[in-house]
Amino acid sequence: MRRKVILIILSLVLVLGTLAGCGAKETSGGDSDVIKIGVFEPMTGVNAAGGEMTVEGIKLAHEKVNTVLGKKIELVIADNKSDKVEATNAVSKLIDKDKVVAIIGSYGSSLSMAAGDVVKEAKVPAVGCSPTNPLVTLNNDYYFRVCFIDPFQGTVMANYAVNELGAKTAAIIQDVQQDYSVGLSAYFKEAFIKLTGSESSIVGEASYNTGDQDFSAQLTNIRSLNPDVIFAPGNYGESALLIKQARDLGITTPILGGDTWESPEFLEIGGAAVEGIVYSTHFTSEAPVTEVSETFLKEYKEKYGKDANAFAALGYDAYMVIIEAIEKAGSADPVAIRDKIAETTNFIGATGIITLDENGDAVKSAVINKVENGEFVYLTTVDPVN
Amino acid sequence: MNMSIQEFLQHMANGISLGSLYALIAIGYTMVYGILRLINFAHGDIFMLGTYLTFYGIIFTPIPWYIVFILAPALTGLLGLVLERLAYKPLRESPRITVLISAIGASFLLQNLGILVFGGRPKAFPTPAILEKVLNVGGVSIAIVNFVIPIVTVILLIGLNYVIQKTKTGMAMRALSKDYETASLMGININGIISITFFIGSFLAAMGGIMWGVKYPQLMPHMGVLPGLKCFIAAVIGGIGNITGAVLGGFILGLGEILLIAFLPTLTGYRDAFAFILLIVILLLKPTGLMGEKITEKV
Repeated sequence: MRRKVILIILSLVLVLGTLAGCGAKETSGGDSDVIKIGVFEPMTGVNAAGGEMTVEGIKLAHEKVNTVLGKKIELVIADNKSDKVEATNAVSKLIDKDKVVAIIGSYGSSLSMAAGDVVKEAKVPAVGCSPTNPLVTLNNDYYFRVCFIDPFQGTVMANYAVNELGAKTAAIIQDVQQDYSVGLSAYFKEAFIKLTGSESSIVGEASYNTGDQDFSAQLTNIRSLNPDVIFAPGNYGESALLIKQARDLGITTPILGGDTWESPEFLEIGGAAVEGIVYSTHFTSEAPVTEVSETFLKEYKEKYGKDANAFAALGYDAYMVIIEAIEKAGSADPVAIRDKIAETTNFIGATGIITLDENGDAVKSAVINKVENGEFVYLTTVDPVN
Repeated sequence: MNMSIQEFLQHMANGISLGSLYALIAIGYTMVYGILRLINFAHGDIFMLGTYLTFYGIIFTPIPWYIVFILAPALTGLLGLVLERLAYKPLRESPRITVLISAIGASFLLQNLGILVFGGRPKAFPTPAILEKVLNVGGVSIAIVNFVIPIVTVILLIGLNYVIQKTKTGMAMRALSKDYETASLMGININGIISITFFIGSFLAAMGGIMWGVKYPQLMPHMGVLPGLKCFIAAVIGGIGNITGAVLGGFILGLGEILLIAFLPTLTGYRDAFAFILLIVILLLKPTGLMGEKITEKV
């Protein structure tokens, strides 16, 4: 008897645990008074902070605009667990079970790419907030994004390395399991070689896997090459550990990265080691670009009691872009919504003016930030060259 | 490839530091197996619990860190006891595979509870400043923590060997591992000994967790999965059940991983695969591990 009771309690706890892990809201499908928008973000795992920050922005936007075409909008959040396989499951669940009309997400290019074929086949449009790898939207009529892409971001950072830091040589450390990291590294390399005019200016390349904690071997190899700058885009957690270990090994070289570094965890885990680190991102609360940015920043601060970062702002914009498309389409038909999203032109968002090009990508300025006294500080804005 | 002496020494220092960390976690793993013949797949998750308890102890209580470093593992030991009571004790008479599956279940349960209670976003381990200092010895940079880990590993190894070989409790543990029923007939308090074993095992896991947290200050609910697997492999390489073997296995694995990346950087992606390949090779060539005893089937 006692054993049975214990077993029942255990299984209950297990079920609860799993449900919490999913973080998904159970809803009754087929309610025609409600329009459902799916949110597909990593709420757990190595990208959890990115997902959570994005969802904060989406929720703020949803609070502001919660009806469209006279119907209530419901957000359905699915956790893709920072895992490529789970990403496919999460997006399928949103489409098949929750019957969402459009999807927002995901932080992490690999996660978005994993969902690409699913949304394409189901003909449900998806708007990415911050996946920057070009392959996310390439040859996929149903994937869009409200951010710039990595060929631009990589060039911006290579320019910074050469023009601002006067670097003549660089080493690259990339996470081979993240399409974001691999792609961005490749574009940085291409731009850096072009700027320095020398194939041999990239003196070393090292790699690691998502979830690795120890980078001492790779860094010891890089240390002996003595580059002027190290470019190491990757997840905020791994990158913070990597930079910490680099400084422990006595590497004082400037280290540069991309937009994923913007999270409080990067500063907390990296501590004193990440001081002086420079990275590119989409938006900064220090230099609002439109009147929407101003109101967004004010409302965000009221709701969450802190300054918004790029991911919250992109989440906000992605939601608003979808709402505008639904209004213009005049229906909640996913294909009609898709056509209107594709036509998005001069949309005034929190992160800037959004016009989607033929691939469904936004062409926008990049912001360069630096870590100073344990905080992200705005350095400059770089506009795209037309 | 060209490698300076200094660079080689740095790689060795990195490898020894990582290896001693693996060794530390593998000790607890192998001890529980050696005595109870149970592969505790939840060991990595107890390791995670111990690290989080230390985190909360340092952040939210005024207790100094060096006392938390002892208290948190003790508390984790008690949690280990609870886990044993709930997940393993009811199955003590069942086939071994049932207990194994229960252990895997317990592992998932702890991970999901971790997400629920601690949150999915990583936390930064509050490393005491003194352990973060870096020493530079002839061009080889070593953080203090990398000296502390091998010392802690060796102290715990000696302590554990003493308990198992020289004390009455240890004698009872060894008797239990040889023959369960006869041991109980001889008046050994089976439940008590198993509890002590789990307490020590979980204590060691938490100690490993703390050292891990100091070296890699990123806490996540699933942080125990990979170290758990790696240290299971280390334990098998050394001969599962053999404590000195686990330390040896840990060092082989840690040094092996570092040297693989150092000399063959193109194979970095196969770092984790290297551990599993090593496991397969050992199982094929010497299934009892490097220092394992021959298992004779009881008739």
